[in-house]
Amino acid sequence: MKSIIDLVYLVPLFPLIGFLINGLGRKNLSKSLSGIIGSGVILASFIVSVLIFNETTAEDFTAVTVNLFDFINVAGLNIPFAFQVDQLSTLFLLIITGVGFLIHVYSTSYMHEEESHHYARYFAYLNLFVFSMLLLVLGSNYLIMFIGWEGVGLCSYLLIGYWFKNTEYGNAARKAFVMNRIGDLGFLVGLFFIIQQFGSLTYTEVFSQAQSTDVGILTVITLLLFIGAAGKSAQIPLYTWLPDAMAGPTPVSALIHAATMVTAGIYMIARSNILYTLAPVSQTVVAVIGLATAILAATIAIKQNDIKKVLAYSTVSQLGYMFLGLGVGAYTGAVFHVMTHAFFKALLFLGAGSVIHAMQHEQDIRKMGGLAKKLPHTHWTFLVGCLAIAGIPPFSGFFSKDEILVNAYAHNPILYWIGLGGALMTAFYMFRLYAMTFRGTFRGSDEQAQQLHESQWSMVVPLIVLAVLAAVAGFIGIPELFAPGAHRLEHYLAPVFAASTELRAAHQLDHSTEYILLAVSLTLIAVAILYALNRFTKKPDIEDATGFGKTLANKWYVDEIYDTIISKPLNGLGYVFNRFVEKSGIDGLVNGVGKSVQWGSRQLRLLQSGLVGTYILWMVLGILIFFVITITILN
Amino acid sequence: MPINYYIILAVALFSIGVAGVLTRRNAIIIFMCVELMLNAVNLLLVAFSKMHYENVAAFNPSLQVGGEAQLFVFFIMVVAAAEVSVGLAIIVMMYRNIHSVDVNFLNRLKH
Repeated sequence: MKSIIDLVYLVPLFPLIGFLINGLGRKNLSKSLSGIIGSGVILASFIVSVLIFNETTAEDFTAVTVNLFDFINVAGLNIPFAFQVDQLSTLFLLIITGVGFLIHVYSTSYMHEEESHHYARYFAYLNLFVFSMLLLVLGSNYLIMFIGWEGVGLCSYLLIGYWFKNTEYGNAARKAFVMNRIGDLGFLVGLFFIIQQFGSLTYTEVFSQAQSTDVGILTVITLLLFIGAAGKSAQIPLYTWLPDAMAGPTPVSALIHAATMVTAGIYMIARSNILYTLAPVSQTVVAVIGLATAILAATIAIKQNDIKKVLAYSTVSQLGYMFLGLGVGAYTGAVFHVMTHAFFKALLFLGAGSVIHAMQHEQDIRKMGGLAKKLPHTHWTFLVGCLAIAGIPPFSGFFSKDEILVNAYAHNPILYWIGLGGALMTAFYMFRLYAMTFRGTFRGSDEQAQQLHESQWSMVVPLIVLAVLAAVAGFIGIPELFAPGAHRLEHYLAPVFAASTELRAAHQLDHSTEYILLAVSLTLIAVAILYALNRFTKKPDIEDATGFGKTLANKWYVDEIYDTIISKPLNGLGYVFNRFVEKSGIDGLVNGVGKSVQWGSRQLRLLQSGLVGTYILWMVLGILIFFVITITILN
Repeated sequence: MPINYYIILAVALFSIGVAGVLTRRNAIIIFMCVELMLNAVNLLLVAFSKMHYENVAAFNPSLQVGGEAQLFVFFIMVVAAAEVSVGLAIIVMMYRNIHSVDVNFLNRLKH
């Protein structure tokens, strides 16, 4: 049967073509042309994705594997280059290409100050980024996922270090790359274990054998995969790269945080859900690490003064919630949160970009304030984003976060209460950010005040589209509580998580408990929001933090601790090796060989005296020696 | 006549040639000594050829062998003649340039 699903390779192909055109022709393309190509290819992918999505909504749809060619076929290990189209990958396709497209459109005017070949380079990287991410979610085996996995790592490095003339940005890019590599190593070792255990990397083959596998081995595999996910999705202890990734242009942050990259870890665990369900220890680890990250990042975000840093820590925190969801078995909830988070976080970042653009590249919220009137569209879209992330109904964040938290409660009430604490902090710091940016009086310079302007339509339209999505996307996942059978996302994704759902003991909370939890959390969140709004509108937080706040402002000194316990000893070790092993040992050996040859040659050179008599003497002596040798041997 | 005498004579001639080349500095005399060595070899070639021919012929008179070694003598003579013509030309040029045929002056390649 010929259907659009057979053309799924077009989805990653378009961005690849865009990357090649923009990358190779960057010297010749005009700005508008590279912008159109860069955004157009993503739009084309999005259209194909929508068509594919249309196919997958059919009631009798089952996962389809599209084989493109044999990739690795050696010694009994067969890894085809194949794409798997099912509900999960299709949903991610829509998020990546849809949000990605809006970010591309936004970028066309956000980056207009760049020179044209840098502009084309930017779009080339952006397209490559989307391509890698599409490869990651489409692959039908872990190897293809790994290719995409590495691809997004590379692209994040390229984009974070996009302004490579600034050394600090370059360092941030390197930090992101190295942190990711640490995670990737775990992932890679996990893959080796999978090959050794299952003899295949193809999802369907691995998952069908999973039930008959030893739990210990599954635990090892899943923990190793989780290390990879922690690196890519910025969880403790590998999260510090994400806030530093703010060095890149703002739309890039939006892309990394919303559509690509950080959701890769969530996708991978959601994809491997059956493995995790069968390994309860790993699930607990995932949940605990997720929750710890959510709380830690939320506390840090409270005291940050850089608009992008606050958003970055909020992403880390929200990712923590997603891992909590995965850890308690609420796979649908986690994927749901990925989706709503993609909308509101892209919205918030693009809104922040609009603010930064209007403020002449000022990112410090202490120097903002009262922007609501000057940037009306940015203001209300940003407000929608804040309400969504804080979890106010009916905005989308409410539904997804609530689903995760309720599932956490069903798993263990302690997880719920801690998670709720994090949610309160989220509401608090988001509205601190909002109040200090848009409310109160303007605290910037006069020059900035004069230049303040609303951004162009190509920046505002994506904001509006995302704001609408962030507001209404939650309705595809209305909890059972309000309307039975209205959780359309759960229904849609059910086949992907079917095996896990069967295994998991269904703990259904009774409705009264759910209502109480809902009421409590909503009240507390509303209080936190009102308090933050009131306090920071009147008295913005412009002094440097003191006491405990200083610890938070300095991010719990985690970077410094890493520096002391990891970087410095490694550097010291490197110095010792460089000084003693490299310089005296290896260099000594290599140089010694060279020097002895030189010395020997210098001595031999003296034989060439230039006197014919001497030469003849040597010759005769040589002949005599041969003569003697020959005679000795012959006798 | 036994072969020993020929060998002794050839070795004596050859040694004189070697000694002359090693000790003398006059290019022409060195040249003559080289010729001496070549001719010592020629003498040996002829002597051995003759010896072998007689031995073989004694057993099988119809066999025509033993001429090959003597052919080499002619080769050596031709090569020696060519060498002498080139060598003497060099020596003449050398004399024109440095007014001497002392080989110890020919050490400029070193520098």
